Amino acid sequence: MVDKLNDDIGEEKRLQLWEMMLKLRLVEKKAYDLFLQNLIKGTSHLALGQEAIAGAFGVALKQGDYTFCTYRGHAHTLARGSSIEGVLGELMGRQCGLMKGKGGSMHLTDVDKGVMGSYAIIGAHLTIANGTALASKYNKTNEVSVCFFGDGTTNIGAFHEALNMAKIWNLPIVFVCENNLYMEYTPIHEVTAVEHPAADRAGAYDLDKIIVDGNDADEMLRTAEKAISKAREGKGPSLIEAKTYRHSGHSRADPGKYRPDEEVKDWMENKDPIKNYRAKLLDFNINEKIISEIEEKIKDQVEKATEISMASPIPEIKEIYTDVWANGGSEWHN
Amino acid sequence: MAQLTYRASVSLAIAQSMRKDQKVFFIGEDVGAAGGVFKATVGLLEEFGKERVMDAPISEQAILGAAMGAAMTGLRPIAEIMFSDFLAVCWDIVANQIAKTRYMSDGQINIPLVIRTANGGGSKFGAQHSQSLENWSMMIPGLKVVAPSCPSDVLGLMDSAVKDPDPVIFYEHKSLYAFKEEIEKTDLFIPIGEANTIHEGKDITIIGLALMAQRAKDAALILKDKHDINAKVIDLRSLVPLDLQTIKKSVIETGHVMTVEENPRLCGWGAEISSLISEHCFKNLKGPVTRVTTPHVPLPSADILEDNTIPSVELIVNEVIKKLKGE
Ligand SMILES: Cc1ncc(C[n+]2csc(CCOP(=O)(O)OP(=O)(O)O)c2C)c(N)n1
Ligand SMILES: [Mg+2]
Repeated sequence: MVDKLNDDIGEEKRLQLWEMMLKLRLVEKKAYDLFLQNLIKGTSHLALGQEAIAGAFGVALKQGDYTFCTYRGHAHTLARGSSIEGVLGELMGRQCGLMKGKGGSMHLTDVDKGVMGSYAIIGAHLTIANGTALASKYNKTNEVSVCFFGDGTTNIGAFHEALNMAKIWNLPIVFVCENNLYMEYTPIHEVTAVEHPAADRAGAYDLDKIIVDGNDADEMLRTAEKAISKAREGKGPSLIEAKTYRHSGHSRADPGKYRPDEEVKDWMENKDPIKNYRAKLLDFNINEKIISEIEEKIKDQVEKATEISMASPIPEIKEIYTDVWANGGSEWHN
Repeated sequence: MAQLTYRASVSLAIAQSMRKDQKVFFIGEDVGAAGGVFKATVGLLEEFGKERVMDAPISEQAILGAAMGAAMTGLRPIAEIMFSDFLAVCWDIVANQIAKTRYMSDGQINIPLVIRTANGGGSKFGAQHSQSLENWSMMIPGLKVVAPSCPSDVLGLMDSAVKDPDPVIFYEHKSLYAFKEEIEKTDLFIPIGEANTIHEGKDITIIGLALMAQRAKDAALILKDKHDINAKVIDLRSLVPLDLQTIKKSVIETGHVMTVEENPRLCGWGAEISSLISEHCFKNLKGPVTRVTTPHVPLPSADILEDNTIPSVELIVNEVIKKLKGE
């Protein structure tokens, strides 16, 4: 039941969240299509079904805040305002890509938007995100750093090192575990000593146990705003465990056959964050025409960005030798 | 004129950098209140306070990760890894993250940080606290690799390393911490990538690094006094960038080359130098390049075993005589 009288979020922010989530969804779908057309090579890890988490943080964060995400990071990058052609172009290895083809799908980076990189070695970026948070503290500025990662990541040492350091130094950081129930092909409960892989470890670092339905966009937004405010006010780190589910396989090559059909069906049909949010907007008496207009607008943006990416030239071969060093080159002897 | 130890030059070098630039901070295990396990950072906490000299938990990944993240925002961290052997537990952060992020981001991100670490043998600490690991970092594109052999080089190269916009691994040699030098001026700047000729000679070029550069110099003194052999000794000071021009010039002059490396033989830095010499000045060579290295074994601990594993002054002298006189 919706309580329209005590609505803490409001129509404007809800529509913002709707637009954001829809963008993440439609770009990921487009990425999948482009794969099938063999226009995107390499691998890619889609966040279809997990849009409410990146979307909520995208709405809650301010310009200047820092985010760190994983190889499953197209959505998190877009959520900070990076251009669609920047993301799709990078996936396609074009000059219009965010890193002009130097990084690829797993390393999307857009420093101007606060996207401090996407990291493909499990755990590393939790420690690195502490560094931007440490810099904010050192400089006495009030940016917040947010670090997204998966449930499987809670079992690597870097996760534990990072949480301990964030706590002892009271860093302005929010760690967000997207528990999509699987690490690659293995159910997380089969390889983890505790039921809630992140939240049950929070106590070990004197952090609150926070579990949220990561597919409920409103709840996600509230949780994100609270943790971000806490960090910004100098009250230290948070660890959030957001329950979610990926609609597709782990990566391009994975059909996801290890998951029971019933489970997949339940999450796709009953717990899809986008489908449910659309229904919620209607419950809040938001005009369906406005909702559909946003849908049309995003579809149009994705199509235009796809055209721009396809028309963008491929990188020049000489780019191989650029930007190893800050002088722009790659020389290692005189 | 003041006498300065290598150990004291480390803390002085860090202090000088921190005085000059508020963006510089220092992080490591036992580095502040305790002054470092080698006492190479004594006095820094007292001068700069806890905000700039941070005692960290035993979390090498978290230490280097935090340094990297801070550097990404424009700060200039100096991070200590207590023994270079411990780089193995945070090698992901070094080799995958710090080294590659600038390239993968198409130059959006600079990582101006320094990783200082105590390297090398001579202390009878056994195989996990004694390695010479410069070659580990040399083979990774994106890392600069520095290894000073004396207090003035520590001062000058640290200044360079901290100012460098790229990540620098700064290997300090444990057996040199007590090494003394008369120093006139402490505020030195030595560009990274310039080798130093520390002994002149025309008969052979001996190329060394850190402790091995000092041993090569001691060997050159003996060769001159007792064997009438004049060896030119080049202290590389950095492996990346490498001063190939100085090496080439010397090979053209002497025609004989020997590298002296503390690392085990396979893939040691001397192999790369030897290959560069054969590519660039093959015709100037009067014989094959000789590599003197630690044998391909982990470092043993007992006095007699360790001393006979790492190249000694005596070994260098003998190898040079063998090479030039065929004895
Ligand atoms: C250190 C390391 N080990 C293994 C891998 C291979 N790998 C890539 S993704 C992944 C699963 C990660 O699971 P989780 O943290 O739950 O994230 P999700 O993919 O579900 O978003 C694994 C094992 C890796 N990239 N890095
Ligand atoms: Mg997972």
